[in-house]
Amino acid sequence: MEKFVYIALFAPFVGALFAGLFFARSPKTHLVGIVNSSLIAVAFVSAVTLALHVAEHGAVHVQMMTWIAVGDLNIPFGFLVDEVSVTMMLVVTLVSTIVHIYSTGYMNHDKGYNRFFSYLSAFVFSMMILVMSDNFAGLFIGWEGVGVCSWLLIGFWYHKEDKTFEENPSISPSWAANEAFIMNRIADLGMLVGIFLIYWNVGSLQYDVVFKALPHLADGLLVAIAMALFIGAMGKSAQFPLHTWLTDAMEGPTPVSALIHAATMVTAGVFLVIRANPLFSLDAVHGVSMFIASLGAFVAFYAASMALSARDIKRIVALSTLSQLGYMFAAAGLGAYWIALFHLAAHAFFKALLFLGAGNVMHAMDDELDIFKMGGMKKVMRGSYIYMGIASFALAGLPIMAGFYSKDAIIETAFNDGSFIIWGILVITAGMTAFYSFRQVFFTFHGEERYKALGFHPHDMYKYVLVAMAPLAVLAISFGWFMDNFHEFITKNLPDYEMSHETHHLAPYLGTIVIVLALIGICIAYIKYAGKGDKAWKRNEKKENSFIYKLVANQYYVPKFYDEFIVQPYTVASDKFWEMDKAIVDGTVDFIAKVIYVSGDVSRGMQNGNLSSYLNWMGVGALLLVLGAGISAFIG
Amino acid sequence: MYEVIAFYVFAVSTTILFTITAMSKNVLYAMSSLAAGMVMISGLFFLLGADFLGVVQLIVYVGAVMALYAFAMMFFDATKDIKERHQNAPLVFLLGGLMAVLFVVMFSAPIIGDNIQALYPYAVDEFGNSIKNAEYVGMILFTKYLIPFEVAAVMLLVAMIAGIILAGKKMDYSLTECEVSDEELKVEELDIAEKLKKEEA
Amino acid sequence: MEIGISHYLILSGILFSIGFVGVLRRKNLLMLFFATEIMLNAVNVAFAAIGNYYGDLSGQMFAFFIIAVAASEVAVGLGLLILLHKRYGSLDLEVISSMKG
Repeated sequence: MEKFVYIALFAPFVGALFAGLFFARSPKTHLVGIVNSSLIAVAFVSAVTLALHVAEHGAVHVQMMTWIAVGDLNIPFGFLVDEVSVTMMLVVTLVSTIVHIYSTGYMNHDKGYNRFFSYLSAFVFSMMILVMSDNFAGLFIGWEGVGVCSWLLIGFWYHKEDKTFEENPSISPSWAANEAFIMNRIADLGMLVGIFLIYWNVGSLQYDVVFKALPHLADGLLVAIAMALFIGAMGKSAQFPLHTWLTDAMEGPTPVSALIHAATMVTAGVFLVIRANPLFSLDAVHGVSMFIASLGAFVAFYAASMALSARDIKRIVALSTLSQLGYMFAAAGLGAYWIALFHLAAHAFFKALLFLGAGNVMHAMDDELDIFKMGGMKKVMRGSYIYMGIASFALAGLPIMAGFYSKDAIIETAFNDGSFIIWGILVITAGMTAFYSFRQVFFTFHGEERYKALGFHPHDMYKYVLVAMAPLAVLAISFGWFMDNFHEFITKNLPDYEMSHETHHLAPYLGTIVIVLALIGICIAYIKYAGKGDKAWKRNEKKENSFIYKLVANQYYVPKFYDEFIVQPYTVASDKFWEMDKAIVDGTVDFIAKVIYVSGDVSRGMQNGNLSSYLNWMGVGALLLVLGAGISAFIG
Repeated sequence: MYEVIAFYVFAVSTTILFTITAMSKNVLYAMSSLAAGMVMISGLFFLLGADFLGVVQLIVYVGAVMALYAFAMMFFDATKDIKERHQNAPLVFLLGGLMAVLFVVMFSAPIIGDNIQALYPYAVDEFGNSIKNAEYVGMILFTKYLIPFEVAAVMLLVAMIAGIILAGKKMDYSLTECEVSDEELKVEELDIAEKLKKEEA
Repeated sequence: MEIGISHYLILSGILFSIGFVGVLRRKNLLMLFFATEIMLNAVNVAFAAIGNYYGDLSGQMFAFFIIAVAASEVAVGLGLLILLHKRYGSLDLEVISSMKG
């Protein structure tokens, strides 16, 4: 089995090297796309094999080599493939495979085709390290690796120019990339502190050792570790104070958004919480877990409210991702780790599908993102329409669909836990989710054909790309059917979460409430946005100028707040420091140069060609030598 | 007592004579006082017991070198004064004075330190008789200092040849006007090349 | 009163300084040569004096070689002086300024 572990891990790496080393400067070659896609597919097949093996024989733990062995510190390059990581591996490799194939079509006309595949495969490799590592150090390496790849890929079109903040809050790819990177660094500091605390108090970073030792630690320390690790998770998963980068990250190419900023990387924070479940389920850190759940519920609602008014098709999907991440954290915080993981997987499938569908629309509309300019495109883009419809149904949590099972389970968990406030928020958010996701679908594919007036000629994506997206669609529909199997599989590793009898009895009613709310949301969206002719949607100036609409449309002014109270003061401070730097550091260097220059200028007078004055200078030199000799004779 | 008187006589006279040499505008005076100063120096050598060195000083300096200078002076017709513009005279004397102080300090340093051991002390021979200075110099010079002595001899030879060549060769025209002959050489080379071509043809 | 080595050394230093001043202030090349001769002689005196003080012949040996060097210097130097005189028609240092950059 060991070889499958290595194949799954290193196939993407080989792909990244292949594209990066041999084709980085050469013009677009389909070979790169094909080879890289197949390598990821190989990784997927290995992951499937591993999953079957794990289901039958239990976890595979391999140790490739010693990595760091200094004094007491011993960190091996070890990989742990158990139920949790194999689930993540499956999700990552499957979505990556499809995104790779999709990218061969989507990036077809891009100059950086080979570069793109190099980055994308490198990302998959980093993600694999993240999920497969058997210690916190390896996790951190993967964590940073995906951060770097995310930075590279968000800023993939780095040559696009900056825009002012007033014109577009997200400004430009390079700006967005830096924002994402810097914000993640802030959070990673927290995570590093957590890792240091663990090492300091436990003396090891191996998961098994650490988790065994945790119950013996002091309560305050455990809370500190849990908070620090969760801060790291907050950054990666874009939870509330550090969430602005995710929507801005949509400046990257759409396959990137689908893979990194929806399906895989942003769920790393959830993965961390799930992975560290022995820590978060301790009684001592119950407060932290509650905080995680509350923050999750808050973010779910907060992001959904922003999505209600967003006009940018990718931004809507990004905000819905944020909202769903909130759901996952809510579940994980309440102790239902396996449900969180289940929702993570289901979400990865339908959200990737949704993103890829949005990418198709964008592609068709020449990179136009404003849904106000679209409409009635279902005739020209039937395939994408169906896919996005399926994904939206799944996202809204309608019966049969994957989202129904997972989201319902989370809402039930909240109810079961007795956290009725969280439950209420999550239920309302479910309704909002249905509304905004269908608002987007109806805006795009139904109603008046607004794009015609603007001179767009949309056409659907390549056929093979649409076919490649099919597995995602199938899983978006059917993944929920395997909930019981998944439950059985995953609870070998993760703690089970049993609903009480009461909840069990009430479950159908609770589910009905959610479904009804979702249906109401869809109906409102249909009535408002899908009409044609007289009933067609028109912009409502009065509503757009209302306080709440403006508040929501401006993302609660959080980016503006950051800009004004953090970025600008920092800029001013930097300017000041720059001036100081110029005066002191540069000044010193300039002064030295000036001294040398002036002394050269002065001593040039010696070279006047007059032998007699040369002789005089020689005399001075001789005197100095004698003086030096005399001094040294006395000292010596 | 005589030694003290002799030292002061020699010391004062050399100082005065050399000062004249360094300061006088007249080349003839300068050279004469230099020669006289050399004689006084040899007197100092005799006082120091370096008989052979004193003799050599007299022969080489006062005899040979001064004769050379005298010939040179006649050759250049240097009896007429060269106008010397002295800038920075105080600086020059300051430097000289500093030099003097420094040397005095430096030369007294080993005496203060008292850490020098005689390599070839004025010895007595195996029979206990003290050896005369000239004899002893000869012994040392042809044993321990043989190679430097030979090198010095070669150097003198080379210097002699160089002096003859520099002063004597091509007295009729300046060496710096040799470009003309270079051009002639080029013409000759061309002629030879043409001849060779003809022969080949 | 005893004449010790310090007397000789001080005398030598004074003589050397006289030569040094001469080197610095002389513009006539021939006079410059005289000044160097003074310096060489001053050093000879010092060598002989130190040699005497320590009862060591090495001082005299060095003085001897210095005389040899001085003699050859005069031979070559005067040859060069002749050339210079032919080239510039003068021995004034101020005239020889071909080294001006």
